[in-house]
Amino acid sequence: MIAEHLPALQVVIPLMAAPLCILLHRASGAWFVSLVASWCSFAVAVALLGQVQAGGPISYPLGDWAPPWGIEYRVDMVSAFVLVIVSTIGAVVIPYARASVEREVPSDRAYLFYCMYCLCLTGMLGIAITGDAFNLFVFLEIASLSSYVLVSMGADRRALMAAYRYLIMGTIGATFYIIGVGLLYMMTGTLNMADLAERLPAVAETRTILTALAFLTVGISLKLALFPLHLWLPNAYAFAPSVVTAFLAATATKVAVYALIRIYFTIFGGIDVFETMAVREVLMGLAIVAMFAGSLVAVYQNNVKRMLAYSSIAQIGYMVLGISIASVTGLSGGIIHLFNHALMKGALFLALGCVVLRLGSAHVRDLDGIGRRMPLTMAAFVLGGLSLIGVPLTVGFVSKWTLIQAALERGWWPLAVIILLTSLLAVIYVWRIVEVSYFRPVPEGAADIAEAPASMLVPLWVLAGACVYFGARAEQTVTIARAAAATLLGVSP
Amino acid sequence: MTTNPALILIFGALPIPLLQGRLRTAYLLALPLVGLGYAFALEPGLHWQVDFMGYGLELLRVDRLSRVFSYIFFFAAFLGNLYALNDNDPVQQVAAQVYAGSAIGAVFAGDLITLFVFWELTAVSSVFLIWARGTERAYRAGMRFLIIQVGSGVLLLAGLILNVRDTGSIAFDLLGVTSPGTALIFIAFGIKCAFPFLHNWLQDTYPEATVSGTVILSVFTTKLAVYALARGYAGTEMLIWIGATMTAFPIFYAVIENDLRRVLSYSLNNQLGFMVVGIGIGTEMSVNGTVAHAFTHILYKALLFMSMGAVLFRTGTIKGSELGGLYKSMPLTATFCIVGAASISAFPLFSGFISKALIITAAANEGYWLIWAVLLFASAGVFHHSGIKIPFFAFFAHDSGKRVQEAPWNMLLAMGIAAALCIGIGVWPGPLYAILPFPVDFQPYTSAHVINQLQLLFFSALAFTWLMRTGLYPPEMRSTNLDSDVVYRKLLPWLVRRFLAVFGPVDRAARRLATESVERLIAVVFRRTGPKSVLARTVAVGGMVLWVIVLLGVYLLLNFT
Repeated sequence: MIAEHLPALQVVIPLMAAPLCILLHRASGAWFVSLVASWCSFAVAVALLGQVQAGGPISYPLGDWAPPWGIEYRVDMVSAFVLVIVSTIGAVVIPYARASVEREVPSDRAYLFYCMYCLCLTGMLGIAITGDAFNLFVFLEIASLSSYVLVSMGADRRALMAAYRYLIMGTIGATFYIIGVGLLYMMTGTLNMADLAERLPAVAETRTILTALAFLTVGISLKLALFPLHLWLPNAYAFAPSVVTAFLAATATKVAVYALIRIYFTIFGGIDVFETMAVREVLMGLAIVAMFAGSLVAVYQNNVKRMLAYSSIAQIGYMVLGISIASVTGLSGGIIHLFNHALMKGALFLALGCVVLRLGSAHVRDLDGIGRRMPLTMAAFVLGGLSLIGVPLTVGFVSKWTLIQAALERGWWPLAVIILLTSLLAVIYVWRIVEVSYFRPVPEGAADIAEAPASMLVPLWVLAGACVYFGARAEQTVTIARAAAATLLGVSP
Repeated sequence: MTTNPALILIFGALPIPLLQGRLRTAYLLALPLVGLGYAFALEPGLHWQVDFMGYGLELLRVDRLSRVFSYIFFFAAFLGNLYALNDNDPVQQVAAQVYAGSAIGAVFAGDLITLFVFWELTAVSSVFLIWARGTERAYRAGMRFLIIQVGSGVLLLAGLILNVRDTGSIAFDLLGVTSPGTALIFIAFGIKCAFPFLHNWLQDTYPEATVSGTVILSVFTTKLAVYALARGYAGTEMLIWIGATMTAFPIFYAVIENDLRRVLSYSLNNQLGFMVVGIGIGTEMSVNGTVAHAFTHILYKALLFMSMGAVLFRTGTIKGSELGGLYKSMPLTATFCIVGAASISAFPLFSGFISKALIITAAANEGYWLIWAVLLFASAGVFHHSGIKIPFFAFFAHDSGKRVQEAPWNMLLAMGIAAALCIGIGVWPGPLYAILPFPVDFQPYTSAHVINQLQLLFFSALAFTWLMRTGLYPPEMRSTNLDSDVVYRKLLPWLVRRFLAVFGPVDRAARRLATESVERLIAVVFRRTGPKSVLARTVAVGGMVLWVIVLLGVYLLLNFT
């Protein structure tokens, strides 16, 4: 009975937890509710992935209204994988949040923080699970609106401005998306993705559809911070509370990448957008520029949070690059990087949150000798950094390996060279932090600081450990990602 | 599944900082010996397969070639630990175990991905032996070392990816320079093997490491590359010429260098040349010669570095011009150094003789007479700078007036064991010949070999004596700064002056151009991407929206045309 309704529960549990947080009105109560909700979502997502692996895609008509009239929740390999990514990060971040939120968010607003967190989780899970283009917009807005609030809760006054800019850009993105969906509806009269996929090829050549595709692409590109539409991201990540940065960096952009994949390969699945609609050139070009620009700017950043934010822009470039290659290997490279980047950026930002908790700053000049003062935290940071570079036995290597293979498969070897080159840029900015934290002496007269509390170290090390575990045992993720890519492209894996 | 013995060292390194005093001493000495025993017990074959992204990794391939390298690596790790006991620096001790372990892991790697992982691990772990010296100079040298070594790994990765695309296999067997992929791998190996023009890192960084660090560094990195070349590129003719160049050109530098550990680094490069020639010839005999030479070379080169390290440790300097007359205060070290010098010079009854003879004879057998001549010349040169110069300037020559203690017991013991082996292998080559990759049918002690070698050594010694007598030998000019090019002018006054006149400005200009263009590039990149640049600035909302419109326009334009 419950197994049947898992798709609905996936979204309903965190959605119901949100008002409960408000009703409880106390930080500890709200935290506990979010903890239970996150862990339940995680369990549901894992169960769903198991069901899909065993029995193929699941279709769940909401309220028993049959699709395409009613809203359909549809769980296939890709969505199940993204659900697991998002809910894992949620489940890992929430135990960590308690101590960090206590330090960075005023206590009378902490319950609001948890409420917004639950809504944000709801939105992102919803985006991943829904099979309806308009419903996706609704969840996109739930996730976005709540994340604006989360960002604005940062202790720094600039957080408000950052959230405001994020709000404007996010809203434009959502508007573009809904305009695109509107145009599609105009031509096909349906909002269900599978139904759209069937009806679109007949009208593919019309200007309306071409315009719709342009609007959808730009709208989602804004949400996933594809260069040069990334401008809202660095400040939002830099000034948000540490937990929010870790959570959003690991999930929000990933979900947007997922939406982009859905648009290209499910909604427009009947048309080869990459060959016929000049999408590839722009996407690939922007991805490459993002990889270079993001990494280069990251090299010179002095606020480590900002540095990692720019590195995220570069990493999003890798994912989009994988999509734009549009072969099974390329797409699976993008999907693997989705997962791997969630792990490594999650770990890096969590480590940084521990540093902020003790030092009150994430500026490079304050990190002298931090490796000796907080050995466990910084060791995890180094693991995350190694993954970012793509050192073998870490997840980063698996992603880059797959992407390079995909590029060579198509015979586009300059792409492979570019991937290697940008990895070297990552060496530079990661090394900067390693040098400061391990090779500089601890400043004279610095106050003694303790290692972060266990409630933060355990989640941090879960992610850092996962970076190595899934780097060494890559078959699981590679198999899932390949299966997902094959489903999307409609070929056998 | 059998575990790779390398992991004994790598994971065995972890508890070192927790142990104290005698317990740590015992642990450090026992660890490599346990590994050695384990390596002895391994049967040939593929023992540890792991599936990784659809590729079968061979984490433990045991055959005759990998076994012999693992023995000497484990043993050298033992000697290094013994020599370094008085350091009591856990960072160095951990780094040395991980470094040795990863080199052994690479030797046992049956596929290129595993090789790559251990290849990079040697780079990352070994740099700590340089940094441990704690000086700014050492830090920078270490940084340069790291960049070059990691760069070699990146080339290896690039090559292996291309190779996988070409052949669909990641196996590490005979590759040969046949495609862009294998060529990249070749260059990656070449960097670590200090091929000409790729060699600078070696002389640049080895002398900057700590006393024991240099000893340990001298063992693994380059010999790992020799192993990799022997495995992947045996019989590649290009290697003969590369190797011959390597044997010859460092001699000139070694003669004029004043830092005695740098002299040894040059001679290390020259010895590698012999091994590379052996690989290039690619017959059973020459590959045997290469492996045997790597084996004996590790022992006598470590011995020489150990004796110079002991001198540095006691006197605080290693400049030829500041040393001399130390035989009175360090008689045992001097004796061991002479044994090492005799071995590297390939005196009969010393280990270098029985291994180098294999390579030189193989060259003659295959009819490479020019190469044969170069190798003979190089042998004479080796005797000149390593055989005579090192012991002479450190322990004899003019008395520097330094009166110091003999080296500590552990250093003496390590040197003593190495010296005993140098003589032992030289007198009884049978056991070494027995573990070489191919069956050996070679008798080093024929009268022709012995007389030939003695003549060579005799004339080389004569040349040295003559140069010393006539005052032409560079480091004897006490009043001159030996680092400068004055030395050249005394030695070859006319030629050098012409050379410098023509190439000096060219070289200077080229270097200036290179530095300036790098600086300009960095300035441009900084201007574009630094914190205040266009790319990193916080843009006003209007600016962000402008980009949205531009992008939308681009998409529409592309779709409608």
